Amino acid sequence: MSHADDLDDIPGTTIFTAQRARAGYHLNQFCMSLMQAANRERFKADERAYLNEWPMAEAAREAVLARDFNAMIAEGGNIYFLAKIFATDGLSFQWAAARMTGAAQEDYAAMMLAGGRSPEGLRSIKEPW
Amino acid sequence: MARITAGVASSHVPAIGAALDNGKAGDPYWAPLFAGFDWVKAWEAAEKPDVVILVFNDHATSFSLQLVPTFALGCAESYAPADEGWGPRPVPTVYGHPDLATHLAQALILDEFDIAVVNEMAVDHGLTVPLSLMFGQPAAWPVKVIPLAVNVVLYPPPTGNRCWRLGEAIARAVASYPDDLNVQIWGTGGMSHQLQGPRAGLINRAFDTAYLDDLTADPERLRTMRHIEYLREAGSEGIELVMWLVMRGALGPRVRELHRHYHVPASNTAVGHIVLVPVETL
Repeated sequence: MSHADDLDDIPGTTIFTAQRARAGYHLNQFCMSLMQAANRERFKADERAYLNEWPMAEAAREAVLARDFNAMIAEGGNIYFLAKIFATDGLSFQWAAARMTGAAQEDYAAMMLAGGRSPEGLRSIKEPW
Repeated sequence: MARITAGVASSHVPAIGAALDNGKAGDPYWAPLFAGFDWVKAWEAAEKPDVVILVFNDHATSFSLQLVPTFALGCAESYAPADEGWGPRPVPTVYGHPDLATHLAQALILDEFDIAVVNEMAVDHGLTVPLSLMFGQPAAWPVKVIPLAVNVVLYPPPTGNRCWRLGEAIARAVASYPDDLNVQIWGTGGMSHQLQGPRAGLINRAFDTAYLDDLTADPERLRTMRHIEYLREAGSEGIELVMWLVMRGALGPRVRELHRHYHVPASNTAVGHIVLVPVETL
């Protein structure tokens, strides 16, 4: 059954389980708050003060301040929620995706134009295939 | 009586909406993508469906983590295009069909599909981008829309088989509605894409092509495909494809493919599109 599958066996991939959603609840709800223009303004005026209003882990706050999306995901963030942060910054999904892969955005965009990242060798950590 | 006459599937990438809204559809990057939807625009104009049951997912827009319904059916009079952080898309308000929608809600629950009922919801690119792809940029959408939101953000989404069976139940419910309505069902999302982590940018053309093929040739394979296979092969966000199986299940055992289109990339995503019609069986 699916629930017994090893969700942590996929390289470079974090599956947003209910457990992770629980851990990242306040981080993700902070992101949702950025859907409102008034909150975006308050956040931009003083990011640290705005983040301190949310009962999330300090590591999650630091990840937000550093725009370290992989670290935010490790803290229970989900990309559709985290998208509110880079939208607030006026940046695109492709910018964020490139950043998470460690590539320059132009190199990432060129990879996508060439057909994207192949799954070959990236399906499993235990037995790469 | 009302009847489901066709199924349509397409990806629903936000950048597609932005390209259209900002007048970039003719740019070299976007033109081949949009050209693949010329056929369906002409076909829809001839088919003139009355209602589209539009299976989509909300992307942390109307549903936060406060409440995560697996299946949520829109019963409202209308749905405003959502502000996803860049301002609402400049597209028409989406009008619902509350009478058919509430009939569906009642029939589905009594048929043992425990859906949530939505009476107010802003709709994001997951719903409005497919409307733009199929109808272009009209002053008003030419159909009523019944949104069916499926959770594919919080793992696990419903299984492919559950989606298929919900599609079958939707077909039964539509057939029990007395008014003569031409109803289409659309499945949206996919195809292969991953938006998170170091594996972001994953595209799997072979997987996607087989998926498009097997909607007709071997739907049983898709119906029983496990989540881990979607995640490994189509990327963490490629699992949105289970929503296509609600559409496919509603069309019955056999279908005929009228049209398909496949294009890489739209931003981070492989775009797939297919038009299917049910084949009557005795």
